[in-house]
Amino acid sequence: MNFWEFVSSTHQQLLTDAYQHASAVFQCMVVATVLGVLIGVATYRSEWAGNLATLTTSTILTIPSLAMIGLLIPVVGLGVPPTVIALTLYGLLPVVRNSIVGLRGVDPTLVDAAKGIGMSRAARLLRIELPLAWPPILTGIRVSTQMLMGIAAIAAYASGPGLGNEIFRGIASLGSANALNQVLAGTLGIIVLALLFDAAYVLIGRLTIPRGIRA
Amino acid sequence: MPETPDISGTPRTAQGSEAAAGGPGRSGAATDSGGADASAAHGKTGATIELENLTKQYPGSAAPAVDSVNMEIKAGEIVIFVGPSGCGKSTTLKMINRLIEPTGGRIRIAGEDVTDMDPVKLRRKIGYAIQASGLFPHMTVARNIALVPKMVGWPKSKIAARVEEMLDLVGLDPGEFHGRYPRQLSGGQQQRVGVARALAADPPVLLMDEPFGAVDPITRDHLQDELIRLQRELHKTIVFVTHDFDEAIKLGDRIAVLRERSRIAQFDTPEAILTNPADDFVSGFVGAGAALKRLNLTRVRDVEITEYPTVKIDDPLQDVFDKLRSGSTNEILLLDRRGRPYKWLRRGDLMRAKGSLARAGTLVADTVTRDATLRDALEAVLTDNTGRVAVTGRRGEYEGVVDMETLMNSVHELLEADRLDAIEHQHHLEEVRAHQTHADQEGDGGGARA
Ligand SMILES: Nc1ncnc2c1ncn2[C@@H]1O[C@H](COP(=O)(O)OP(=O)(O)O)[C@@H](O)[C@H]1O
Ligand SMILES: [Mg+2]
Repeated sequence: MNFWEFVSSTHQQLLTDAYQHASAVFQCMVVATVLGVLIGVATYRSEWAGNLATLTTSTILTIPSLAMIGLLIPVVGLGVPPTVIALTLYGLLPVVRNSIVGLRGVDPTLVDAAKGIGMSRAARLLRIELPLAWPPILTGIRVSTQMLMGIAAIAAYASGPGLGNEIFRGIASLGSANALNQVLAGTLGIIVLALLFDAAYVLIGRLTIPRGIRA
Repeated sequence: MPETPDISGTPRTAQGSEAAAGGPGRSGAATDSGGADASAAHGKTGATIELENLTKQYPGSAAPAVDSVNMEIKAGEIVIFVGPSGCGKSTTLKMINRLIEPTGGRIRIAGEDVTDMDPVKLRRKIGYAIQASGLFPHMTVARNIALVPKMVGWPKSKIAARVEEMLDLVGLDPGEFHGRYPRQLSGGQQQRVGVARALAADPPVLLMDEPFGAVDPITRDHLQDELIRLQRELHKTIVFVTHDFDEAIKLGDRIAVLRERSRIAQFDTPEAILTNPADDFVSGFVGAGAALKRLNLTRVRDVEITEYPTVKIDDPLQDVFDKLRSGSTNEILLLDRRGRPYKWLRRGDLMRAKGSLARAGTLVADTVTRDATLRDALEAVLTDNTGRVAVTGRRGEYEGVVDMETLMNSVHELLEADRLDAIEHQHHLEEVRAHQTHADQEGDGGGARA
């Protein structure tokens, strides 16, 4: 059986895995984005708090993903929970870092102007600072998503959902007829998903970055 | 004070006050003698500002950046803070809208103590324009201008109309600029929009911190002229910070020359500061060429603008010939289709150009508006080398000319008047001193009387 025959014979399973993979990454990214931006907003104005947030999230990122999932299993069990927690934690760093950098990078004279014309603290944040910091934040989200695509594959180790299952099954049955095809299908599937997500981000950027500050 | 509007005064349109304006050009002329009454008659919308022992001590610095400033700013006047860099001008200004919280003293606007008022509410009633415009790059021109009216809760339709009105007021075509983003504007246009935004909700007070500091000199000159025109229509109370004394002279009804820690070295009209600087610090700041600077204090509207023979570019050639031949002057002014000065035509020019108006004559190099200073006018006369300069209206249309002779006469009169003023001032000082000495001498025996 060549690769294409393998794909067409198992496409049902592949599509299910791909869908679950994408869905897991997407949902964890939403949570990571909300948390990450909130952490950024809470810490960007203080030198030490901002640095602490960046340091903490980057420390999380240095933990090998397999180890992280391994550590989570005894605490939260198998399946979806360790996957979601791990992905969300890994997804935080780029979002937090870019939120802080983006918010700190807003021209202080603009903040001064916003204050000067009578905008409240909340209005300043929501209508001036966050929109101006949005392009770097979106870049952070994009980087996070790419990273999570790969890391999500490891989730299969904890019986999590996604294309990692194809890869792990292939590796487990190495030497059998379709082992290589299976690994290849899982890997290519992740690459295709990553490209699709990236295209979606380009579109989101077009739609959400105001024309006045688009590069 | 019945004529002092409440700081939360209701918005009024620029057109409304324009109609009511149109008195003497410089409201400064009225500041000496009950200026408040005079400008009330012109539909004033400004409010008084009083600073009382206003002090700012930044944490961690030994001396205060602003040390006990006392100042009364009248409704409807432009007061300029001028002084060397770092003397505390911006700090003083930003305490008025509490962008910087004072560490001591009080601020009263329209008689109301605002030192402890909610700063966000306060700032919505005070226009604020800064260097490099401070426009938000992610919002269109229209959205930038609409910000404050939105925050104070104007209805949508009124805001839309107001945005158009403000663009028109600062000399930008609403249709063209409405939907643009700040980066699609030149520096001067951005600054205009910045002023439009500051004025959008019709605040009685406008604070400007070196608003024209970042634009090229020619644009700056235009913006200054525009501000003068605007102010004649609106009568806001404007506090304007600059380190450029010439700008201060040109714009100010009164100038506060500030020294370190925002101490007031002199607070007076430009005329008085030029002719009677209080001390060496002020003289140093006035700099050389006080006589030339004096030219900045008088505007074209204050001197005689004379009629001049003109022809329109569409007029039949015969008319042009006739006018040239019959006229008392040997030169006429050719206007374009929109009535704007286009070319100077001398006798013989047409002949040489074989009767073609397109080729005949010399292009008008420079024109001035009624708001231009005599210095601008003099410069234009010198560059145009016709011995006169055309005066134009708001849309560039021809209104008359000012010639060299008029300028020279005005300058002589001005300098003479200043000289008399200075002498009178001197007399006055001597009298006061003599009076004091007299009183001192009588002081011993006069204690019981007092
Ligand atoms: N946030 C601040 N913290 C400490 N010192 C300041 C701060 N802002 C201004 N200063 C100091 O206060 C003085 C006055 O500053 P400023 O009002 O900006 O002067 P100006 O506008 O006249 O150039 C300067 O010596 C400046 O260094
Ligand atoms: Mg300053």
